[in-house]
Amino acid sequence: MSAVLQNLVNQPYKHGFVTEIESDVAPRGLSEDTIRLISAKKNEPGWLLEFRLKAYQQWLKMEEPKWPNVKYPKIDFQAISYYSAPKPKQKLSSMDEVDPELLRTFEKLGVPMHERAALAGVAVDVIFDSVSVATTYKQKLAEVGITFCSISEAVQMHPDLVRQYLGTVVPVGDNYYAALNSAVFTDGTFCFIPKGVKCPMDLSTYFRINTEESGQFERTLIIAEDGASVSYLEGCTAPKFDTNQLHAAVVELIALDNADIKYSTVQNWYAGDENGLGGIYNFVTKRGLAKGINSRISWTQVETGSAITWKYPSCVLQGENSVGEFYSVAVTNNYQQADTGTKMIHIGKNTRSTIVSKGISAGHSNNSYRGLVRIAPTATGARNYSQCDSMLIGDKCSASTFPYIQVRNQGAKVEHEASTSKIGEDQLFYFAQRGIDSEEAVSMIINGFCKDVFQQLPMEFAVEATKLLGFKLEGSVG
Amino acid sequence: MIYQDSKTLLDVHGLRASVNGIEILKGINLTVRSGEVHAIMGTNGSGKSTFAKVLAGHNAYKVTGGSVTFEGNNLFDLEPEERARAGVFLAFQYPIEIPGVANSHFLRLAYNTTQAQRGKDELDPLEFEDFVREKMKLLEMNPDFLDRGVNEGFSGGEKKRNEILQMALLEPKLAILDETDSGLDIDALRIVTKGVNQLATKDNAIILVTHYQRLLNYIEPDYVHVMAGGRIIKTGGKELALDLETRGYDWVSIEQRAAARA
Repeated sequence: MSAVLQNLVNQPYKHGFVTEIESDVAPRGLSEDTIRLISAKKNEPGWLLEFRLKAYQQWLKMEEPKWPNVKYPKIDFQAISYYSAPKPKQKLSSMDEVDPELLRTFEKLGVPMHERAALAGVAVDVIFDSVSVATTYKQKLAEVGITFCSISEAVQMHPDLVRQYLGTVVPVGDNYYAALNSAVFTDGTFCFIPKGVKCPMDLSTYFRINTEESGQFERTLIIAEDGASVSYLEGCTAPKFDTNQLHAAVVELIALDNADIKYSTVQNWYAGDENGLGGIYNFVTKRGLAKGINSRISWTQVETGSAITWKYPSCVLQGENSVGEFYSVAVTNNYQQADTGTKMIHIGKNTRSTIVSKGISAGHSNNSYRGLVRIAPTATGARNYSQCDSMLIGDKCSASTFPYIQVRNQGAKVEHEASTSKIGEDQLFYFAQRGIDSEEAVSMIINGFCKDVFQQLPMEFAVEATKLLGFKLEGSVG
Repeated sequence: MIYQDSKTLLDVHGLRASVNGIEILKGINLTVRSGEVHAIMGTNGSGKSTFAKVLAGHNAYKVTGGSVTFEGNNLFDLEPEERARAGVFLAFQYPIEIPGVANSHFLRLAYNTTQAQRGKDELDPLEFEDFVREKMKLLEMNPDFLDRGVNEGFSGGEKKRNEILQMALLEPKLAILDETDSGLDIDALRIVTKGVNQLATKDNAIILVTHYQRLLNYIEPDYVHVMAGGRIIKTGGKELALDLETRGYDWVSIEQRAAARA
């Protein structure tokens, strides 16, 4: 790789500051006592403690998955602190009461709150380490019957709803990290859109991991009742530490008849330095259940950060005519590793799914697409279209595609297309010969490559994603 | 055409260059003045294309000696994109495909970058669309070229037309056409060369790199240079090309060796 390419990819991480705030941190280590402590701190009902303990018991019997195409040293789960909350703890009723230090953090992150939130029309639920600090716009949403709050709050205020749906899409023993999350999750977002309500604005959560060696285990639950629709945005950043931090979230979406849930993520967790030191382990389970007829679940993700990404936002298409979509851009640079993709499980008749995955690898990174399309015997008339494209920048990175296709109904139609391309010196020279410098050239090539996915993002996110990719790959080509 | 009041655009002295440690150019001398059309001919491996790429600044080639000035300034002080903006244009022998990047977007960015450099107005997408469509008529190009990826799935002839379209848009001071005739059928050759002829003015200059005299039936050169072994070994008028066509290249080398012994 020439020097120009090098410089392009190696733009320093911009969100790598630590906020000096007194935290209430649980001692390191995981045991039933830790779980009881978390549950007690959060004043949880008995059934939830049981849910956690059951998950913990299952987790103890499980093994870390070995099949992802990623390498990392064994995680010491006893070295992690499972609870970290900012100290000033009395209930906050308005943004003015929020610790100014926190607000400055959010400002640095560019989280639109206060008036900015109003202008942007975004309601933000901010998760700082493990506790939800403030939920803006709650009032306005409540007027149309929408509940949008932290999951801890939902447990207190709407225990029946939480109990009815929690763990129904991702069961406590679903996989190693989902079980861990179910045992120790500390906060997250809860969103309930009642029958017939179209959510009037995009809902947004901004996650940030602040404490060194703390794990973040957030839990998100979104329910759209009959005919309801919602678009949800998730953004993630974390400060720079030399050690690795674990992020094992679980997201569950439930769409009932004719409901529509669109979930967009721009993930920019700290990816480690140029030698692969530090960075987030992002081991996340995201799954949506398209339960009702004509329901739709759509995942759009732009994954640029994390040392390791292990994530497969999936759709279980149970309702007749339900639709699942997955649009993904995953960028890896330096020593980042990503094993990401989706699962489309077709159960209902005439269910349809679309997968568009764009993987970009630069530096010494390794980027894998892993996707499952399963057509159950019941899924007559099911259709799937998958497109997986990989782009390589430089000659030290790698890209892999692992498609799994299981069709058990003869009336189904499944298509898979894949391609691999490379940004070469000769392409950049061609641009240069027309007066276009390499940064602009790379940005143009990448944006062209990712166009199909960016089109799916809400406007502000699309702009942010485009910029992020520009920073991310700055210096990688040349 | 040779003009009385022309000025020197390109001045090459003793240029040496190598790729992967192997010297390809072994001392090239060439002066190109405004208004002139130069043809550089020679067999495969004589260094013609290398010379074109070295002038454009391809980083696979290392300049090991000599000097090149463009309008009096040291060309090697400029990055490839700066050379392009200064008015050095290379029509590639094998234009590369850039999938996913719309040709219209690419052409407009290239055009606006050049305009900005010259302190002229940039065009928005709608204005540019009108502007580029006019230029495309010159080359008898179908407007659907604009919506396709840059050179993506283009035939050999379409790629070459796209190169000359870029020349028409960017209006370079010095255009180096590297084997623009290769892969073109007679009709396409006629259209492309007609385009080039219309772009030639008394203020710019063209260097044609080619194997065959055929191209020179359409674009009349003022000078013909024969390259062999990384040097220009003979320079003449357009009649030299006809000689080469009938007698081949060998006699030039033999003649030159004889001259060297004498």
